[in-house]
Amino acid sequence: MKRREFIRAAVPAAVIPSLIGGFTFKAFGASSWLSALTAAQVETDHVLVLIQLNGGNDGLNTVIPIDQYSNLFNARSNIIIPQNKILKLSKTSETGLHPSLTGLQSLYEEGKLNIIQSVGYPSPNFSHFRATDIWLTASDSNQVLNSGWIGRYLNEEYPNFSVGYPNATMPDPLAIQIGSVVSPALQGPGLNMGMAISDPNNFYNLINGIQDPAPNTPSGKELTYIRQVAQQTQQYASVIKSAASKVTQQNPYPTGNSLADQLKIVSRLIAGGLKTRIYMVSIGGFDTHANQVNATQTETGTHAVLLKRVSDAIKAFMDDLKFQNVSKRVMGMTFSEFGRRVKSNASGGTDHGAAAPMFVFGDGVQSGITGNNPTINTVVNVNDNLPMQYDFRSVYASILQNWFCVPTTTLNNVMLKDFQQLNLIKSAYSCNSTNTSNPNLSAGKKLISNYPNPFVDSTNIEIKTQGGHTLLQVFDVQGRMIITLLDSVIAAGIHIVRFENQGWGPGIYYARLQNGSVQQVCTMLIVR
Amino acid sequence: MDRRTLLFGTAKATPTKEVSQRTNSGLAPYTGPFTNADLVHLLKRTLFGVKQSDLNAFKNQSLDQVLSVLLSPAALPSPPINTYNDNSYTDPNVPAGQTWVNAPYTDGTANSRRYNSFKAWWTGLLINQGRSITEKMVLFWHNHFATETADVGDARYVYKHHLLLRNHALGNFKAFVKDVTIDPAMLRYLNGYLNTKAAPDENYSRELQELFTLGKGPNSNYTEADVKAAARVLTGYRVDATTISSSFDANRHDTTNKQFSSFYNNTLIIGKTGAAGAGETDELINMLFLQNELALHICRKLYRFFVYYDIDAAAEAEVIVPLANLFRQNNYEIKPVLLALFRSEHFFDVLNRACMIKSPIDFVINLCREFNITFPNSTTDSVNAYLMWDYIRSQASNMQQNLGDPPNVAGWPAYYQEPQFYEIWINSDTLPKRNQFSDRFIGTGYSRNSRTIVIDPVAFAAQCTKPEDPNVLINESLSLIYTISVSQQLKDFLKSILLSGQSSDSYWTTAWSDHKNSPNNSSAKAIVTGRLQSFYKYLMNLAEYQLI
Repeated sequence: MKRREFIRAAVPAAVIPSLIGGFTFKAFGASSWLSALTAAQVETDHVLVLIQLNGGNDGLNTVIPIDQYSNLFNARSNIIIPQNKILKLSKTSETGLHPSLTGLQSLYEEGKLNIIQSVGYPSPNFSHFRATDIWLTASDSNQVLNSGWIGRYLNEEYPNFSVGYPNATMPDPLAIQIGSVVSPALQGPGLNMGMAISDPNNFYNLINGIQDPAPNTPSGKELTYIRQVAQQTQQYASVIKSAASKVTQQNPYPTGNSLADQLKIVSRLIAGGLKTRIYMVSIGGFDTHANQVNATQTETGTHAVLLKRVSDAIKAFMDDLKFQNVSKRVMGMTFSEFGRRVKSNASGGTDHGAAAPMFVFGDGVQSGITGNNPTINTVVNVNDNLPMQYDFRSVYASILQNWFCVPTTTLNNVMLKDFQQLNLIKSAYSCNSTNTSNPNLSAGKKLISNYPNPFVDSTNIEIKTQGGHTLLQVFDVQGRMIITLLDSVIAAGIHIVRFENQGWGPGIYYARLQNGSVQQVCTMLIVR
Repeated sequence: MDRRTLLFGTAKATPTKEVSQRTNSGLAPYTGPFTNADLVHLLKRTLFGVKQSDLNAFKNQSLDQVLSVLLSPAALPSPPINTYNDNSYTDPNVPAGQTWVNAPYTDGTANSRRYNSFKAWWTGLLINQGRSITEKMVLFWHNHFATETADVGDARYVYKHHLLLRNHALGNFKAFVKDVTIDPAMLRYLNGYLNTKAAPDENYSRELQELFTLGKGPNSNYTEADVKAAARVLTGYRVDATTISSSFDANRHDTTNKQFSSFYNNTLIIGKTGAAGAGETDELINMLFLQNELALHICRKLYRFFVYYDIDAAAEAEVIVPLANLFRQNNYEIKPVLLALFRSEHFFDVLNRACMIKSPIDFVINLCREFNITFPNSTTDSVNAYLMWDYIRSQASNMQQNLGDPPNVAGWPAYYQEPQFYEIWINSDTLPKRNQFSDRFIGTGYSRNSRTIVIDPVAFAAQCTKPEDPNVLINESLSLIYTISVSQQLKDFLKSILLSGQSSDSYWTTAWSDHKNSPNNSSAKAIVTGRLQSFYKYLMNLAEYQLI
């Protein structure tokens, strides 16, 4: 839908001053008072639903590298899913899904699911709290940010929030958290941009009356904060209630599934016409140190139940969105603060790990598998982790740029640096339809290799680049980035980069090539 | 970004009022006159709510006298009892009215009822607390050494863990850490009982350093390798599900040497065989307590729990650092630290008043206590007492603080999450719930089994020195219920509620006297009750009521 039509369709004519009708989009942006009036810098009816899996989801039992099965079996024989139970995916025999994920499997077959392999960040943190903060704020591993990535995005889009909000063109909350606590991801540089709702029908009328000025003290600061919340609650109560009341029928959702309950509310609010762009939902319990599976039947147990909830909830949500005729506007993504260790422990579980797959879903999502299966080594030590193939911030940046049409300059203010663009959105839905390179096309092609291997002092890394920005990094087996060998614009073709062992100990190392939206990892072995 | 800019937004954001100030005051003893407002401030921070009877009891006492009462530990309560038998279920192992804490596990149904029993019992202790800081400290330690009932898996462990918190609440922190480390509930919660030489489990080792002792302050630079080494030190503990106790199994202990990083001065803990292996745990704890960061971390947490969340450079230098020194000098005794904090000019600084947002527990318990809500008798009507306590607990839980079940091992985010801290408690979902709660209790109350818990606003007003004078009534009510002072304009507005919009104070005086003179006249009673209900409802709905 074009911006102009969107405004007309969504706002009753009476509340729009007539002079707006004649202005183009650019004119809105150029005039500050008009921009304040129309709120957003970029108009879009796209919606993003973030699904947080709290606790650290075990990626290797979620998206299973079938071609690595025997090594994986050696590393985690007590919890591995029997090979004949793994769900198959069309167009690949190498990658399969946990048997609980039938809903996601059918979305994949319908062309609405992208599985991004081995998403992480350099030098992963293994603390739940710190790692969660990193994912929510989109910071570097060693950087502390006090605002969330969504908060920064919304702050760019609605720079004066909350002054003058709600208004005629943005009458609705900027972001909605289903639950009672607003996520730090929605924390803007100044204010929190989100509001929490646990039941769209149950608002409570707060009072108005005499109000003492807040003193210039910490007490006054907290007083002001509470008053702001009270005011927003009142302001948004009616629009949320009215949106919810417009939807009288929904497709069935599974019961006894807290995630399904939350997504049901989200669907209702989207279908009811809220212009809110961001919804956050969450489900916990993924910290499976012990008893992750039933020992006698590993495809069942705690993790299987959790994955089934996630998969069933997402499938029901997508079916409902289709029923409501809004599915084209919505995309969703799952994330978790980390994956789990490759090697299982003796308690039938897995300890905190690093890179793990993400699911991105929606009608507009470029379907397929982004990236390659992780390589599982013959011998896996207890502390070994999967190297990252994709930085999670590449996923965020690609969604902002191609789904929310955030211009490059603004994107830098949100993501704080440049991240690789991934091809996650179908061109018909993407703001940047020139982005045609399909990462799936490079599957099976070897773009990075090294010789000699194993080596003692140095090795030659041979890379094949399409030209343009090319990044070559080396990670150790625990995921720490030890050196960046190349980070510049180079010509297309084959290049050889020498990697000198500067005293790193014997063991497995990973060289990671990133070129445009393509990347690959190769395994190298340093010996004495 | 500067913290203040962050809080108030960047230049292009809201032109809010300039920065709220902080203070340079430190730990020097407070020397001002110890006023009623000072007493209320101290009691609201150290107890859950202040009753008029508390104020009366402390009247004319000095700050030191009050503190010596507040910092004396409360006596240990008698344990929770079985009030949970009903038509559909009877616990075969625990007679009604007897405690279940030493009984067999029975089954999952009994266990889940015991969780509720435990939580209701704890809520009852909060409501019936005396004049000791004990209950605040128990909640502080519950948030610090956080555990969740479902993960512990057995209410008897949960109770035993709770007793540990209670016993150490004002004791020695080092002894506390040792006991928590081998506490059966904690061994289950963070998988310590699965931590063996064959399969080290880092869960407890990590949280021991990250959350329980050193924290993640700027100078807390232990490494991933330290987490792994400490996990190996702690291998070998088991729990006995019959006796609810822990033991050390040398066969499961990793007897190799454990090397720590330069942050720990390259400490080497020599691996030991046999029973001596358990001694490594003491060596580990000794090593942790040699670190400067430990006392700083605990003092910062105490500060955020009792003073304010923003620790600026002045607060760090003038309060946290000297408190941490004191903590170390006193061999990690907790009481001297609390004493120094609560008698300091910093604590009584006007800028540190009324700047804490009540936690949900604070909110619900304060309301019950301050308004003297009468609960069913816990001895003669224990079934209903537990039901009512459970209702209060459930309301705090809906407001996002479920006693016994913090969201995870880090405790509730409001106590640690930058930059919002306590503000996390208040949002568009929870603020209306707080208002609904106070509206309910100032109105019809909550009824179950033909018992009702409700505020009696007339009895509350009658505690005041001259309830017939609306000005005195308003001033005294405000000084008990609020810690923030309010304008004359607001007081005038409040009076207009009592006077139903009339201008002469005598209307209220007459209404009050009419009721006092004929207490059985229902219409006279309705007149004062209705106006007092509107008055207190309004007070509790204002943002000011959320602050202590």
